[in-house]
Amino acid sequence: MAIDYAKIGLKVGLEIHQQLNTKAKLFCSCPPALFKEEPQITFLRRLRPTQSELGQVDPAAFFEFQKGMRILYEANRATSCLVEMDEEPPHPLNMEAVEVVLTAALMMNMQPIDEVHVMRKTVIDGSNTTGFQRTCIIASDGWIKVGEKTIPMQAASLEEDAARKTGEEDAGKTIRYRIDRLGIPLIEVATAPVIYSPAEAQEVALAIGMILRDTGKVMRGLGTIRQDLNVSISNGALMEIKGVQELDLIAKVVEYEVRRQLGLLQVKEELNSRGVKAEDLQQEFVDASAVFQQTKCKVIRKAMDKGQMVLAVKLPKFGGILKRELMPGFRVGTELSDRAKFWGRVGGIFHTDEMPNYGITVEEVEALRKTVGAGNEDAVVFVADTSENAHDALKAVVERAQEAIAGVPAETRTAKEDGTTRYMRPRPGAARMYPETDIPPVLLTSELMEKIRANLPEPGEKKVARLMKEYSLNEKLAKQVVDSGYAALLENIVKASSVSATTVAAFLTETLKALKRDGVQVENVADEQVLEIFRAVGAGELAKEAAADVFAWLSKHEDKSLNDAVENLGLRLLSKEELEVIVDRVVAENKRSIEELGNKAFGLLMGAVMKEVRGKADPDLVARLLRQRLR
Amino acid sequence: MSEKAESSGYKGEALNALRKAQCQVGDIIRVTSKGKIYEGILIPRSETGDGKHVVVKLKSGYNVGVRITPNVKIEKIGKGTKPAFASPPLPEQKPELPKAVILSTGGTIASRVDYRTGAVRSALSASDLYGVVPELADIARVKTEIVFSLYSENLTPQHWSQLAQKAAEHIAQGADGVVIAHGTDTMAYTAAALSFALQNPPVPVILVGAQRSSDRPSSDAATNLIAAVQAATRAPFAEVAIAMHETVSDTSIAITRGTKVRKCHTSRRDTFKPVNATPIARVSNGEVTMLTGEYQKRDSAKKLILKPKFSSEVALVKFYPGLDPAVIDWYVEKGCKGILLEGTGLGHVSKYCFDAIRNAVNRGVVVALASQCIWGRVNMNVYDTGRDLLALGVIPSDDMFPETALVKLMWVLGQTSDAAEAKTLLKANIAGEFSQRTMPDKFGVEGEDSDGN
Ligand SMILES: [Zn+2]
Repeated sequence: MAIDYAKIGLKVGLEIHQQLNTKAKLFCSCPPALFKEEPQITFLRRLRPTQSELGQVDPAAFFEFQKGMRILYEANRATSCLVEMDEEPPHPLNMEAVEVVLTAALMMNMQPIDEVHVMRKTVIDGSNTTGFQRTCIIASDGWIKVGEKTIPMQAASLEEDAARKTGEEDAGKTIRYRIDRLGIPLIEVATAPVIYSPAEAQEVALAIGMILRDTGKVMRGLGTIRQDLNVSISNGALMEIKGVQELDLIAKVVEYEVRRQLGLLQVKEELNSRGVKAEDLQQEFVDASAVFQQTKCKVIRKAMDKGQMVLAVKLPKFGGILKRELMPGFRVGTELSDRAKFWGRVGGIFHTDEMPNYGITVEEVEALRKTVGAGNEDAVVFVADTSENAHDALKAVVERAQEAIAGVPAETRTAKEDGTTRYMRPRPGAARMYPETDIPPVLLTSELMEKIRANLPEPGEKKVARLMKEYSLNEKLAKQVVDSGYAALLENIVKASSVSATTVAAFLTETLKALKRDGVQVENVADEQVLEIFRAVGAGELAKEAAADVFAWLSKHEDKSLNDAVENLGLRLLSKEELEVIVDRVVAENKRSIEELGNKAFGLLMGAVMKEVRGKADPDLVARLLRQRLR
Repeated sequence: MSEKAESSGYKGEALNALRKAQCQVGDIIRVTSKGKIYEGILIPRSETGDGKHVVVKLKSGYNVGVRITPNVKIEKIGKGTKPAFASPPLPEQKPELPKAVILSTGGTIASRVDYRTGAVRSALSASDLYGVVPELADIARVKTEIVFSLYSENLTPQHWSQLAQKAAEHIAQGADGVVIAHGTDTMAYTAAALSFALQNPPVPVILVGAQRSSDRPSSDAATNLIAAVQAATRAPFAEVAIAMHETVSDTSIAITRGTKVRKCHTSRRDTFKPVNATPIARVSNGEVTMLTGEYQKRDSAKKLILKPKFSSEVALVKFYPGLDPAVIDWYVEKGCKGILLEGTGLGHVSKYCFDAIRNAVNRGVVVALASQCIWGRVNMNVYDTGRDLLALGVIPSDDMFPETALVKLMWVLGQTSDAAEAKTLLKANIAGEFSQRTMPDKFGVEGEDSDGN
């Protein structure tokens, strides 16, 4: 069923974060790089929610603190120093990063801030060793053109990237974070919430991404760009969706979120018509372990063997509600389960709408209903874990069920690879920001602004025209090259090799797109390596047909060279002598056909030879050798 | 801007413009510059900032500085509200818990953030402390007193005396332990001073501080404070000591004797290292574990001996290649009663300083020597230079590092003005400042691995 997005009042705002490819991190001189090896340094910390004047503390953060959450940080010497460990004050703001943000901001018609003040934004999930993220507004209040529409741009900020989560230990009470990513400069640009359809959201994100790439100073590849969406519909709620990594996914994420909210609004109506009130839902939990003494359910069996318990709660008049689908593979029950996982650190929940299942029998379900005093119109949610976790989990379940009666709860959600979203945490209150007094304010002088203005990258349309003129590319190809962000690479390759611009352009656009579709990690191959491939093609050392295979091989062998690829793929070009031997053999094998067909046998012979030597010989040379022999 | 202007940090054109628009810090203002509007709360300006910018906290929470020119328009659009300082009510004190007194000298062992304006305020009253560090309520009945509000670099030997008297008062009133919150820069000096001034204490006196300010979630302040209160009220020893992070992890707090501890890193949490010693105890997982059998025992029957006087007429002279010995003469002329030489290696100062040193000793100045190596023991019998210095009457400081030796010299000359008596006192082991045996423990911090799990 198609959704009328205008009618339901869809509003989307975008927040795009992209890592900058600067020489050093934002507040120290470490390189902006990640490591894969075992950490050389580990240390354990706790973060304590700071009390504000009004006594407010972030509810999720305070909860985690009370549960004794600890953070195990991992580091190595190559990628971090005492600054990332929060053992040394930050160094002054990296001006190279400031300049990149200013460049992007001017391309988006923003006004630079006269004096930049770095702020501390409180984040105590452990992703920042300090307990806050350092961030500053560099410019504000601009616009970009997307098609015919003008999109207002709110601000361009510069902030430090966070540490990345690498795992959990002791039943979720210790979280592991790696601090290599911490401190990598990120540009953040935000649009006003003026986007009214999923397709438009994707278009705007594409346009912003292109401007960022035009600065020539942003990182490429998975994980270097993160798109956050603010999605709301009338009568629904403002949802903050974090971390959409693929541009192509944006439209889908928005659509699914709209479907989810519409579904929740239907659930609300259904519950209201059943006459359920929030106060009907009680935090009355029943120990149902006795019901499952002989269970065949593996999950419950395992928990019982560990001395844990089965705890159950009745959701009055919720029968049938939990199995309603909101997004593909995502039901109302999933909403409850996500909350239970977050607040109760449990693996998941069971509920009667999905029973019998997972080895739980009809008899057990009946006994369970009896134990909690539930009728057929009610739903029962149960969980097998330690008493503490089980209680926390069911408490969260009851709270979420109460919210269902009111409609759509505002949440921060995280985007999955299939376009669906999952509960991440409650929406934080007003941003908790206070000044970073360790870093002096930075003046954006008129001299600096003049320098940035004088060096602004060529705008997209101009670049297309120039590529058409200078390299005789057709308009479509020139546009594709510019859109791909590979224009500079194209120019470098054409200057350094004798390969035709059209060949290179087709490779950088269509071929790479096809490779990506086949699952090749395109970003693993450095620009320098692509340049080398075409140098070899130009020098006649590599067949141009082999370029894609070489590229794909290099993407899987990051430390290897072009020579290694050619060697491993058996792509060394055959010498004329070697080729003549093959041609002679094929001619000999097809003597009869040649006698019958005469010159018309050429196509057949060409096919036979090329089948053997594809990628190892220049087809023109093969044709010449064959013609000589057919004469 | 009115009478408040001076404390707001604004000056020059910015101050004039704000005055003209009748805006005060905390007001909601609208600044229009180059066709753009910046609306938000007027924020105080750093004293070191220029007089050309006005700082506005936008609705998004960000601060921005807007340059003031004749074309910039400032309007006041709303009156600011003062943040309310409602301290949480004091939790019920558990009568079975021991009594701890927390003396503060300055800095912030605990603080709150006003996110509306971004201001950080220290929380010093007992109820504030309980609010910010609620764990304290289960450890002790806490009483707090603000003795000074000074950065630690502004404390002098006079302040040590006052602090010693204050601690003695609370001990006399029956405190089961004293905790002193102190800036870390000169905390080791104060710890040494109190070690000499508070002799034979019945209960521990624990100094504590923070290397990361207490307004940040990653601050070490609360962990250190909790451990300090635990040690002060529960540990079996009764000495002056420092409680700070043992490693860069939040898992263990080292308790180190006040005469044997030194700040060794500008910024790390584990900056305090025992010198020629090991920590006497460790607090980890809420438990105090003694790491040595050699300590003064807690005993409420013990009678504290208070000797709080320090002489200010003492100087530290660090020898370096090329030192002008006239520096020593100058101190002697000025009436110095004691000079601590910070010599090289095993305890040496160049021959060209000998005349000045001889003159000082002849004029009745007590001259002692400690090594700038920090770690290790002075031995002035090995080389000629050392033997010559001994012959001149210079007193070696054995295994005391320079700061403790200096504080001891100040204390000694606070007790007596007789040079011979002073020399005797200087050589006596008063507060564990000497150890007879130098152990092959690690020294320094450089190259030590971070750990703690
Ligand atoms: Zn670093």
